[in-house]
Amino acid sequence: MSDPILRLEDVYTNIAQYHILQGVNLEVPRGAVTMLLGRNGVGKTTTLRTIIGHWRARQGRILLDGEDITKLPTPAIARMGVGFVPEDMGIFADLTVEENMVLAAVSGPIDSARLDWVFSAFPPLKTFWKSEAGNLSGGQKQMLSIARAMVEERRLYLIDEPTKGLAPAIISTMARALKDLKDQGASVLLVEQNFAVARALGDSANVMDDGRVTWSGRMAELAGDAGLQERLMGLSLEAH
Amino acid sequence: MIKLLLSGDTPRSTVLAVILGVILVCLALAPFLFPGVRTVDTAARICVFIVLVASYDLLLGYGGIVSFAHTMFFGIGAYGVALASTHMGRGFDAVFVGALAGTGVAAALALLIGLFSLRVRAIFFAMITLAVASAVAVLVSQLSGLTGGEDGLTFQTPRALGPAFKFGDELFGVKLNGKLLAYYFVFFGALILFLLLLRIVNSPFGRVLQAIRENDFRAEAIGYRVVYYRVAATCLSAGAAALAGALYAVWLRYVGPDTTLSMELMIDILLMVVIGGMGTMYGAVIGATLFVVAQNYLQNLMGAASGLVTDVPILPELLSADRWLLWLGVLFILSVYFFPTGVVGRLRQGRQA
Repeated sequence: MSDPILRLEDVYTNIAQYHILQGVNLEVPRGAVTMLLGRNGVGKTTTLRTIIGHWRARQGRILLDGEDITKLPTPAIARMGVGFVPEDMGIFADLTVEENMVLAAVSGPIDSARLDWVFSAFPPLKTFWKSEAGNLSGGQKQMLSIARAMVEERRLYLIDEPTKGLAPAIISTMARALKDLKDQGASVLLVEQNFAVARALGDSANVMDDGRVTWSGRMAELAGDAGLQERLMGLSLEAH
Repeated sequence: MIKLLLSGDTPRSTVLAVILGVILVCLALAPFLFPGVRTVDTAARICVFIVLVASYDLLLGYGGIVSFAHTMFFGIGAYGVALASTHMGRGFDAVFVGALAGTGVAAALALLIGLFSLRVRAIFFAMITLAVASAVAVLVSQLSGLTGGEDGLTFQTPRALGPAFKFGDELFGVKLNGKLLAYYFVFFGALILFLLLLRIVNSPFGRVLQAIRENDFRAEAIGYRVVYYRVAATCLSAGAAALAGALYAVWLRYVGPDTTLSMELMIDILLMVVIGGMGTMYGAVIGATLFVVAQNYLQNLMGAASGLVTDVPILPELLSADRWLLWLGVLFILSVYFFPTGVVGRLRQGRQA
């Protein structure tokens, strides 16, 4: 934990008049999957959006590899190697799957070995490579959304609820792909409500409540202690 | 070869391809197929408007940016040629200097407006373009010493493009004079500009524009500076519009506020884009052709129709040639109702179904 890829120091973010983040302290270790958990509305998505610069931190600092990115514009942060998968997927529906992927590879042409790896994780993307992304199913759109982040090696992946609203069969595809990403040694900050996925992937976990991180520790510790889950999130994750 | 010329963006519909082919052949051979001052004039207008509408489609259809200053850029190009030809004397040098200067001024103005307003929200851009366009239109009509005011400027184009210049006798019954050359100057100019625009929208730059139109935050999060792309699109579009204006000036040998700067013209352009189909480029060809032909010939058609039904009550009144604007309006409403995605959108859908 001594050399985190990302560190948030006492970050406050307002959206309009609402004080959403109220002093978030968070460390994302290099080469591991960090879970961001918590009930709905506690600021998980806002935390990710503040990191990428969509929302501006009113106070506090965000450090990527020790470099202050708090005030940088979103595209600059993205080009520093932060891949972001928003919860609404945000695919470009009028463009083809291929064009979506080419656009996402900002540093140059897509590496073919990397693309093969993406195809092996998400076979439907190969099948529909030349079709308009708008015609994909919900699960395939989510695959495309994650594949766009994976198409290049990023320093850090921010992934917001990748399994939300997906069919179980697709959730397992998604989980396998994320596991693959993890095995490559990627640094990931993952918001996930599906506990099975969270437990399988997470190395460490941070639980948020009321705009703050209220608990940090190893994922295994949280997963093994129903009482702790109950106390932190007002429910047992196993109940899902 | 054709694919290369079209930048890989084929019509993707047999019917559309046939229609576009017919329009291309008709325009290419217009002076021979439809000899006559009025028909050739209509064909030249169609050529100019195809470029103008296509350049607006780059902005609206691909960039999702609403601008009301497109006629202003068109006018700047036209006035550029007019002023250069007036002050430098007739000649191709004047035409090119005027066109280039007009394009430069238009692009610079677009850059300025874009940098000021596109940073914030696209809606401000629409409002600012409206304000600037109105201001420029007023300026042009007031600075009569320079621009000829409401009367506009009449000027001489290069001798080779005038009716007095003859380079042969007759070919298929068509006089080989400068007017014919002027038509082909406009036709090939428009063709090249259209293919260039097609190239632009099918380049990676065009794809980023489309991505920004669909989800600007997402495009930013991937790493594209949305403002830069929007401003660049505005400048390119303004430059192309100015070149279309230059072609128009060469053809008319006249510029005036009504022909190049009016709000009416702006609305015509909007309608042509919407009727043809936004974000397709080919929609510009269809929209401009339909619209200009309707504008020029609906009146005649209706006059003939009302002549046929003189014995029926009311009908002759409704079909009287004076009512042509009413029917033009009805046609637009119907076309928007039945082709919400434009003619091109409809034709392409038909193929998928």
